[in-house]
Amino acid sequence: MIESDDFVGTLQGIGFNFFTGVPDSILGGIIATLMEQRLYTPAVREDEAVAMAAGAYMAGKVPAVLMQNSGLGTSLNTLISLNLIYQQPCLLLISWRGFQGKDAPEHLVMGQTMTQLLDTVRIPHRTLSEPTAVDDLNWVAQTFMKEHIPVALLIKKGIVKGIQP
Amino acid sequence: MRPEEGTIQSRARAIEAVLGLLTDQPVIICNGFPSREAFKLADRPTHFYMIGSMGVAPAIGLGVALAKPDKKVIVLDGDGNVLMGMGTLATVGALKPKNFIHVVLDNEVYGSTGNQPTLSRVVRLDQVAKAAGYVRVERVREREDLVYELKDMLGKDGPSFLLVKVTEQAEDVDRVPLEPIEITHRFKKAIE
Repeated sequence: MIESDDFVGTLQGIGFNFFTGVPDSILGGIIATLMEQRLYTPAVREDEAVAMAAGAYMAGKVPAVLMQNSGLGTSLNTLISLNLIYQQPCLLLISWRGFQGKDAPEHLVMGQTMTQLLDTVRIPHRTLSEPTAVDDLNWVAQTFMKEHIPVALLIKKGIVKGIQP
Repeated sequence: MRPEEGTIQSRARAIEAVLGLLTDQPVIICNGFPSREAFKLADRPTHFYMIGSMGVAPAIGLGVALAKPDKKVIVLDGDGNVLMGMGTLATVGALKPKNFIHVVLDNEVYGSTGNQPTLSRVVRLDQVAKAAGYVRVERVREREDLVYELKDMLGKDGPSFLLVKVTEQAEDVDRVPLEPIEITHRFKKAIE
């Protein structure tokens, strides 16, 4: 399992320096690390978070937004009518709730359709795995720089260490 | 000052008064008529004109304000927009960026879609902002009061919230003729 400190350190090494979002348990470890280092600006909704990222980007920051995949639904209109068409890139760190149908009922439809939804609105995405983590993050950085649009990195349960030991 | 006294003005006259007090500050302008009217009245590269994503103008402004603490950031918003993204009042109130000024042009209708009534006729958005934690909150009608309060807010620490009651009148204005990508590049460069 990837340590949260290492994951955050790698993101910072790539250049990410503005972090916002809405929490999810899968992302709990990453958020705890970001909060410890005073790098995290909490948002109340995911559409607010991606809009804050857009503002921070235009003001010279390299932003990342953390969210549960339910938040992809909440932020979809802002992602397509702001970040995508204005070409304001951000890294979307999205937890994959409902993966393979093993989760609470509210997560099942999004868990099953999230990648199709991202494909439909043309947000490039990749799923983080421990053996390919370096490649995955390099891909994120390259796509971010080349396309100037939001790029999603999907994070399943148990890939990055959570808040529980 | 005198809350909600005096002659009510049109939104375009209010925007004109606001822009008349600004120079090179970043200004985020919400979608619909406010962006179109602002573009026609005084286009500047420091203006970010929204065309979609209703409700998130203050969130964009907050992102700019946090990244550029030495610049006063102005958000030109509408009542329908604030109601749609009301949670952001809490985010601003909690984070308390000193360089954040939220001007809400309140005509009590969804003016860009046919003047359907909004809830701002019965819900006091200025009181919501106050309760959320904005440091300075004012509510005005008259142009003279708008100028007085905004000048004051420009010179002091915020976050500030200026609610300006305006008429339903909309100017005969076209869409903003700039491509969204061009708006991003221009704004990014202008606020460097």
